[in-house]
Amino acid sequence: MSESSSFYSSSVGKKILMAVTGMILFFFVLFHMAGNLQIFIGQVELDRYSRFLHSVPEILWLVRIAVIFSFLVHIIAAVQVWLQSRRARPIKYKVRANLATDVAARTMVWTGPIILLFVIYHLLHLTYGAIYPSLFEEGQVYHNLIASFQLWPIAIVYIIANLGLGFHLYHGLWSLTQTLGWTHPRFDSFRRVAAAVIGIGIAAANIAIPVSVLAGWVS
Amino acid sequence: MKLTLHIWRQNGPNAKGRFVTYTHDKVNEHMSFLEMLDVLNQELIERGEEPVAFEHDCREGVCGMCGFVINGLPHGGRKGTTTCQLHMRHFSDGDELTLEPWRSAAFPVLRDLVVDRSSFDRIIQAGGFISVHTGAPPDASTLLVPKDDAELAMDYAECIGCGACVAACPNGAAMLFMSAKIAHLGMLPQGKIEADRRVRAMAEAMEKEAFGSCTNYTSCEAACPKEISISAIARMNADYRRAFLPGKPVGGGKLEKVKLLPAT
Repeated sequence: MSESSSFYSSSVGKKILMAVTGMILFFFVLFHMAGNLQIFIGQVELDRYSRFLHSVPEILWLVRIAVIFSFLVHIIAAVQVWLQSRRARPIKYKVRANLATDVAARTMVWTGPIILLFVIYHLLHLTYGAIYPSLFEEGQVYHNLIASFQLWPIAIVYIIANLGLGFHLYHGLWSLTQTLGWTHPRFDSFRRVAAAVIGIGIAAANIAIPVSVLAGWVS
Repeated sequence: MKLTLHIWRQNGPNAKGRFVTYTHDKVNEHMSFLEMLDVLNQELIERGEEPVAFEHDCREGVCGMCGFVINGLPHGGRKGTTTCQLHMRHFSDGDELTLEPWRSAAFPVLRDLVVDRSSFDRIIQAGGFISVHTGAPPDASTLLVPKDDAELAMDYAECIGCGACVAACPNGAAMLFMSAKIAHLGMLPQGKIEADRRVRAMAEAMEKEAFGSCTNYTSCEAACPKEISISAIARMNADYRRAFLPGKPVGGGKLEKVKLLPAT
């Protein structure tokens, strides 16, 4: 067995890969959020930012490929360790008690697929304009956002997906410090707080966009 | 005190198990949980029935033999307490308790509340030896260990291998057990020599058993009667990652093949 397949064959190795790819995806989500918040500055700025991102297609595709690759590795490893864990307790407990775990940890297996489905929807909606073609104009980011978020069914999809993302990020960010071995008595308790602040912060900032459009604060 | 007990009864490894309900009215608050079962078993023997099988040895909370799940909580869920050290004063008259064996594919039930934990032994065996000089005892000052490292290594070395971490983990993972072994050896100079090889070999051995994978639920830490911190898991994850770094020997270093117990 080669060194890399030996590394991956253990669930310990799979989790480390999930942590690294999760971190890459987190940075993507962070920059994505920061870029989108320009909607609150104005139409000119947001559309200029969009043109800037598309200005060098080679770099755009390099980033896209890195994100897609991370996404795939993250999902494949997640499914593998999930299946392994499902087999580990063939007879369930009659009386079940949840010891120490929280909702975010227990719902990773649901928030993960929610995010996957949302990403597909999101790409079809705002990258390919396939969901509401009549509301979509290539390159008119500001217009596309305003036009579609004024419809509450679309806004609701984005709000729910971002709630899921918030939960996923909270457990994921805390979890990755554990999986990458970033532990020290001095900041161990701080890890959860930081993960919660970042998770809630990103979800709140993302949700602010459809809510503001729906409420008419941005038009 | 009077208790209603729903106890998992299973005649053998391949027999079909079921819950049997017992009414136990000779419970004294000074009894330990195991003594309470001793009294029940005495009654069952007098009635000509099979006593409830459970594992036990020291009854002092240090051997790691005892343990089953009481109302969904391994060892009954009291902080830092093994089943043998759990006293009936923590329960009330009229309580209804469900007793189940550790539920894990890697811990097959042998009988009633007794499970086979030799999967743990095989992980330990895969860890191999540590290099020490044999002969006369070394002078105390020849191998210096920082006080903090010694203390922390001792915290991890407290693991008694009872299996409560696996029983509590929603994934049935054995990470706290394995990492406690790896962390306590890896922190001391005697254990550092084989650290790379050890973490790889033990992770590989764990993978061969039917344990699940860690998703950082932290239930293991809450259930551990020795209160071992999940920082052990973080340390082991880092050790595992480092053991594969470029420049490290392929396979984590050479070692004569350790003969493992046959898989059950």
